[in-house]
Amino acid sequence: MKLKRLGQAAAVLSIAALGLTACGQANNPGASSSGAASGSAAEGGSQVEGTLSGSGATSQEAAVTAWQTGLAATAPNVSVQYNPVGSGAGRKAFLAGSASFAGSDAALKPEEQDEAKKVCGPDGALNIPAYIAPVSVAYNLKGVDKVQMDAETIASIFTGKINKWNDPALVKQNEGVSLPDTKITVVHRSDESGTTKNFTDYLTAAAPKAWTYDVVEKWPSEINAESAQGTSGVVKLATTTDGAITYADLAATGNLGHVSVKVGDSYQEPTEEAAAKTVETAKKVEGGSANDMAVKLDRTATTAGTYPIVLVSYHIFCSTYKDQNTVDMVKAFGTYVTSQDGQKAAQEAAGAAPLSTSLSDQAKKSIETITVAK
Amino acid sequence: MIKEQTPSDPTKTAAGELSADVTDVKNAQQGPGRRHGRSRLTAGQKPRWTAWAVAGGALIIAAALMALIGFNIAGWLIITAILYVVAMYVTTTIMENRRKATDGLWTNLIVGSFLIALIPLISVLWTVISHGTPGLTAPGFFASDMKGVTGITDQKTEAGDLPLIGGIKHALMGTLLITLAATIISVPIGLLTSIYLVEYSNDNSLSKVIRFFVDVMTGIPSIVAGLFASGLMMFICQKILQMPPGSNVMGFSAAVGLSVLMIPVVVRSTEEMLRVVPNELREASAALGVRKWRTTLKVVLPTAISGIASGITLAIARVVGETAPILVTAGVALSTNFNLFKDWMMTLPVFIYRQLMNPTAPMAPTASEERAWGAALVLIIIVMLLNLLARVVAKIFAPKTAGR
Amino acid sequence: MSTTTAPPALSSGSSGRAGDKFFSGLTLAAGIVILAVLAFVAGFLVLESVPALFAPADQISAGTSFFTYVFPIMIGTLITAAIALLIATPIALGVALFISHLAPRNLAKPVGYVIDLLAAIPSVVYGAWGMLVLGPLMVPMYDWLHTYLGWIPLFGEPSTTGRTLMTASVVLAVMILPIITALSREIFVQTPKLHEEAALALGATRWEMIRMSVLPFARSGVVSAIMLGLGRALGETMAVTLVLSPGILTANLIGSGNQTIPSEIALNFPEAFGMRQNELIAAGLILFIITLLVNMVARFIVNRHKEFSGAN
Repeated sequence: MKLKRLGQAAAVLSIAALGLTACGQANNPGASSSGAASGSAAEGGSQVEGTLSGSGATSQEAAVTAWQTGLAATAPNVSVQYNPVGSGAGRKAFLAGSASFAGSDAALKPEEQDEAKKVCGPDGALNIPAYIAPVSVAYNLKGVDKVQMDAETIASIFTGKINKWNDPALVKQNEGVSLPDTKITVVHRSDESGTTKNFTDYLTAAAPKAWTYDVVEKWPSEINAESAQGTSGVVKLATTTDGAITYADLAATGNLGHVSVKVGDSYQEPTEEAAAKTVETAKKVEGGSANDMAVKLDRTATTAGTYPIVLVSYHIFCSTYKDQNTVDMVKAFGTYVTSQDGQKAAQEAAGAAPLSTSLSDQAKKSIETITVAK
Repeated sequence: MIKEQTPSDPTKTAAGELSADVTDVKNAQQGPGRRHGRSRLTAGQKPRWTAWAVAGGALIIAAALMALIGFNIAGWLIITAILYVVAMYVTTTIMENRRKATDGLWTNLIVGSFLIALIPLISVLWTVISHGTPGLTAPGFFASDMKGVTGITDQKTEAGDLPLIGGIKHALMGTLLITLAATIISVPIGLLTSIYLVEYSNDNSLSKVIRFFVDVMTGIPSIVAGLFASGLMMFICQKILQMPPGSNVMGFSAAVGLSVLMIPVVVRSTEEMLRVVPNELREASAALGVRKWRTTLKVVLPTAISGIASGITLAIARVVGETAPILVTAGVALSTNFNLFKDWMMTLPVFIYRQLMNPTAPMAPTASEERAWGAALVLIIIVMLLNLLARVVAKIFAPKTAGR
Repeated sequence: MSTTTAPPALSSGSSGRAGDKFFSGLTLAAGIVILAVLAFVAGFLVLESVPALFAPADQISAGTSFFTYVFPIMIGTLITAAIALLIATPIALGVALFISHLAPRNLAKPVGYVIDLLAAIPSVVYGAWGMLVLGPLMVPMYDWLHTYLGWIPLFGEPSTTGRTLMTASVVLAVMILPIITALSREIFVQTPKLHEEAALALGATRWEMIRMSVLPFARSGVVSAIMLGLGRALGETMAVTLVLSPGILTANLIGSGNQTIPSEIALNFPEAFGMRQNELIAAGLILFIITLLVNMVARFIVNRHKEFSGAN
């Protein structure tokens, strides 16, 4: 009896589950647009076909998702798969040849560039900027919607030397703002991340006296503070804790306030334009091939209108690939990503700051040079 | 004569007393003024209402105590519970005896632990159900994958311009296929190994080594299992089968990684279950001239099948929620893939983890969170169905005399 | 069972023997496969960890040596797992006994079912629950502990977010509770009815019956169940990762700080490169060895009480 009843229940449940999967109407937006896309592609004549695999930074996931969808309009038969395993693991997969491209929050290091020559031929790999992300020093403080700080103050807060919002150092820089007597809760990333690396790179360059922990990907464990995993983790934690301060991609900071950072003599809010300007004025990294676009940001620049804490996210491609099809797919993907359309898609979907027109053109030229290995 | 009479005498008197008791009880029940402790049977037992009285007293005293240090409901209930358990022990010791009191004390503690355990477990279930229902009931949640779902659409969803789009079809299929493959790999190996350990090895040195290494295997961090599987499949695919690089990232690699995690759980729980099968059954079967392998298959396994099914369900449950090993072996996919041996695959835990940690739209994470919790609810429902299946299987094979 | 009569076995003796040989060979082969897999995994682990174990100080992230790096997170792992076990074991055994011997049957069935189900909730979900629900709930308790018991070093400056080692331990306890319960219950139920009835017939109360017949019978199985739970607690990544604000090793259980090996690996592995990766795998090796030692101790305890096992 019991058995029968159990059997019946199981049957009913499984049929229900099957029904939900089989008979439900798919709501994917791609269903209607892909037809249109293939039509336009036939006109464009793009015959490239296949699957391009990449892996890398988790922070690129949202942007890559947008590009995967957007690419369907220009190259409908190319599908891109992206594994967000992390920048380091992504670069490793790329160097091992198991991924055709890597998404990374940092350009290849010189020793990695040497290693890349094994898979990519004598010219090594190309670092192509995919988008720019201003890193906001974001805070949650009731009733205060504008705070200004210089690098020294930021470093002191994040090392725990300043632990009240009405500390004299803060009051001095924020005339006319009534800062409450709230405890500052520092929230940092608990995982290794490119954002932490960029942030500490800024602190090391701009406030060497107050920040003595060097440039690190993982927050120094000597500093006792709250932490959470991932950008969304720190933002969520900061949003629920009054008096919290953290650093995160501007796009993902939600309702948090943004600290204006001192540049030269004025204070600059994190904006996409300021970030783009920073990258524009940055110097190219020496030693790479002519088409390598890795840049070295100047964290202590005093040019008005630039914002110093900026993360440049790269796509790393080989300068040569083994077969024509891969080259075509890489070109289709790379060109789309750096095009105005691609940049716009990433901006709308992921909140990434777009590359400037000149950078975008330069990237296009670099990607054009990718060829089949001889 | 005397010897024969001596044993019969007490019996007689006992029986006489017993019948007297019975009439006594009857009287007590019929009589209008029914009093406890009047009959010999219930003499020395505390009346039924003691527990209620003690509970009431504990509630009042706890309330008084809480009034002194500031009232809150949780503290009130905790203090009440402690007072109740202690008071019941003391009352029972006084009214009955110490053994009865100890019995009552442990009964109370066991029931208490059960109630304590319920709190977090119900809280977890409630969290998942309440957060998961909006996603689960979104139209097309089971029929769609994440193809074409981008930050733009999610922002529209959050703004209320679009319903929740995108779904878990790809992750659901991935989870089902990969888990099934892992189960098919590890259950036979695990089951046979435990049969070897219990039935055939006679505790020889090889069995000790196997047992030891199975214990070791339970300690493999899941990420290591994933890396191992990834490395192994890379070797097999590229060096032996001469496939292009990157072809080792597929559902089957994930299944291999999960098997490494699953086998020790299967072996350990199955071994334990086989071990408690009474030897009398094996001996009876052997005495009938049945071969050992048939005894094992027809007598030992059916007797233990309920426990084995439960153990296997637990093993599946252990791996069905794994995230890290899948990420390094099967990758992350947005569209549905039914082929275990080609291309990347998504699974529910990876989907949940990614949607929670890296929302599709960083500035509008609500849609991703809804999908993640919906997926979590689905994962639990899957395990529930699996569990049901295991029970049905156990019922079909179990001998009728199996325990509770 | 009625089919297994003597004549077929006698008449088809040779085929039966072949079946016997084949079957025992099959079981042996399965055992060997396990050994082989483990040898591969162990080889992989050791091979990848060796560079970090003997690396010069300047290549290690802690700056001195691998062991000064791994020691604090090892202690953190042990403390977390120990607290989780301390909380979970008595409750889990209580629940198992309740289901197997105390609860009315029509309550025991559904409850047992729900417990099995809970064992299957993925750890990501437990982690998210700990982060969303439990953490904030623990904050007032931590404040209370600090105010009244602050003189004990364990209850130092409390965290404002509840993301502490103590919260992580409680989440782990909740996670392993269903596992220990489910397995122990199976064992308790298997206690021979004769033993129980004999105890009751001798005038034992229900608790005495449980103590004298059920617990001794189940001891080995229960230890096994606890060890499985401990294994999961030691190796758990996601739940700890989501619930804890990691930091340096501190005795303060209710403030931020401390870290466990699996969480350290999970947080840092994706971005790790070169020596750092070896370092993390070596940390995995340490975890592996800890679990090994724990298991050996458990085996030792079980073997000492072998005479109670059913199939001796």
